Amino acid sequence: MPMADNGKLHLKKITEHHLFLPLVCLAVVLLANVIKTPNFFQVSINNGILYGYVVDVVNRSSELVILAVGMTLVTAASGGQDISVGSVMAVAGAVCCQVLSGGQVSVNSFQNPLPLAVLAALAAAALCGAFNGLLVSKINIPPMVATLILYTAGRGIAQLVTNGQITYVRVEAYKLAGGYLPGCPVPTPVFFAVGIVVLVSIIMKTTTLRLYIESVGINGSASRLVGLNSTRIKFISYVICGLLAGVAGIVASSRIYSADANNIGIYLEMDAILAVALGGNLLGGGKFSLAGSVIGAFTIQALTTTLYAMNVAADQLPVYKAIVVIIIVTLQSPVFRRFITAKLPAGRKPLTPAESEGEMQL
Amino acid sequence: MKSLNDKKHMSGTTFLLIITIGLFVVMYAAGMIAFAEGGFAKPQMFLNLFISNAGLIVIACGLTLVMITGGIDISVGSVTALVCMAVAYQMEVKQMSAYGAIFIALGIGLLFGIVQGFLVAYLDIQPFIVTLAGLFLGRGLTSLISTEMISIKNEVFLSWAKYKIFLPFGSVNKKGIFQPAYIYPTVIIAILVVVGMVIILRYTKFGRRVYAVGGNQQSAMMMGLNVRRTKMQAYVLNGFLVGLGGFLFGLNSCAGFVEQAKWLEMDAISSAVIGGTLLTGGVGNPIGTLFGVLIKGTISSLITTQGTLSSWWVRIALSALLCFFIVLQSIIVSRNRKTR
Repeated sequence: MPMADNGKLHLKKITEHHLFLPLVCLAVVLLANVIKTPNFFQVSINNGILYGYVVDVVNRSSELVILAVGMTLVTAASGGQDISVGSVMAVAGAVCCQVLSGGQVSVNSFQNPLPLAVLAALAAAALCGAFNGLLVSKINIPPMVATLILYTAGRGIAQLVTNGQITYVRVEAYKLAGGYLPGCPVPTPVFFAVGIVVLVSIIMKTTTLRLYIESVGINGSASRLVGLNSTRIKFISYVICGLLAGVAGIVASSRIYSADANNIGIYLEMDAILAVALGGNLLGGGKFSLAGSVIGAFTIQALTTTLYAMNVAADQLPVYKAIVVIIIVTLQSPVFRRFITAKLPAGRKPLTPAESEGEMQL
Repeated sequence: MKSLNDKKHMSGTTFLLIITIGLFVVMYAAGMIAFAEGGFAKPQMFLNLFISNAGLIVIACGLTLVMITGGIDISVGSVTALVCMAVAYQMEVKQMSAYGAIFIALGIGLLFGIVQGFLVAYLDIQPFIVTLAGLFLGRGLTSLISTEMISIKNEVFLSWAKYKIFLPFGSVNKKGIFQPAYIYPTVIIAILVVVGMVIILRYTKFGRRVYAVGGNQQSAMMMGLNVRRTKMQAYVLNGFLVGLGGFLFGLNSCAGFVEQAKWLEMDAISSAVIGGTLLTGGVGNPIGTLFGVLIKGTISSLITTQGTLSSWWVRIALSALLCFFIVLQSIIVSRNRKTR
């Protein structure tokens, strides 16, 4: 039966596509939302601004999308995660607000030009990324331990930058990045997220960086033997991750037009790692999919919104997220996969690329 | 001369331990000179380092064990908060006895140890990811029990917490009255745990297996050691110690609240690393960890006694110290590899 075979083949192609599982996860969460709140997909325009649950999810997930892109690169190149991104966001927000306010606690006009503040914030964030990258690539410290230093010190540094206060920048122009552009119904953070994703995708498509990152992630010493500078590639991926965390930090601080060193980006590192894992990327490094991570980020934000809609307190959210993480990493673990494959009838299921990579790592 | 024969051995682990102890002595001496007025010269100040860090000492010892196997556990702070909260809730709301609360504390610790150990050892999931989930789970469960602070008023519990053991030495206060130095029972438990861990790691088969697995997992497996079971046992023992340490922490704070023991995992990890535990596994010593905790305690008391610096400087100083020791370790490890 060529027809039936053809159909089976198509189905198999679809189910084995690397974005299949992430999309299913997103669909499940969205479906749960629609059942819970029937007007979930309703979008209305009030005062020239888009309103609705979906808009809220997309808007709120902007920082997460930006972080997830950086986290994907770091994960792919070094086989570990950067857990300092939330703290780096706080540092970037603090630097940006402090430059804008010129050292005062609350200002109603810029004390220094905005581009200078943004550049200073991005430079600080890139510096944090470079510090992480140096420890990981040059000194060969496990990524999560290396980034643990900034994870704890980062918020302290941000506090020092703002002298332990919450610096307010009450200027309309500064609220734009986290609010709405005049005459535009779409929230500005969405543009930032789209811009970053498009920019990084273009870089990955047009340069060899993607190939290099993947090969370093799959086997660092083999890449070095074929002439790749794996140290430099890992370093670059950490600098990019830091830079993107800086962008996310500026957007987050613009939302609240202040630098709150204790709360900007708190727990976001967990969400970013979760987004990468949900996107079907192996946490052990190697091949990666930016689209998967973006879908993962939307899934998590939708999940968060759902939990809030179900009256779950903000403090209790981590419980559910932790359970989701444990389920995902268990499903991803090579041992579990081998166990499942062994249970299935022999010969029915060949190893998927992800599995064979898992085998290679062992 | 023994020291000459041991020179090669000395270059690695003993060297790190000596640096740690030396650093502690120098820092404490500097504190005694700079803040003699702040009471640094009194023996009680030294004992306070143990009193306020008894829970941390126990937890850091457990973490040292896990880190020697090549793993890590960053959930210890949240689990401590959960233990304190559960103990406070059971005693204050459910009217449970203080003795029952001990079992609650140890049970929570063991449960976390067993689940995390299983995921790490038998499912080969990165320990950092597993315990990161544990970190969020612990903190979330704590707020699930109660988002309000619960103060412990149980009489038996408070009598344990406030039971002073006076020592035969002390200091003379301004009025010329002799004040004997004192410690709490928690300090004795913490020191017993350190001694116990030294004995376990040095003189039992399990302890030697732990070092073998951490040193080189492949070789350990080829020697016929059960790597998975050793890792599992290490995590379970760590979980038990976190439960115990959490209980001691609760005895010190006499309350349970969501933000409790925040950054404790960082303190424990940096104590272990400063004490000479290699992040790559295979090397570590509870004595070093004890000194790591004491260094952390000295930094915070120096900064509190100084008075004008913000408390964030404790975090930053500790991170800087951690960074320094990590880099130092990596230099020593790479040098050892070259000489081999």
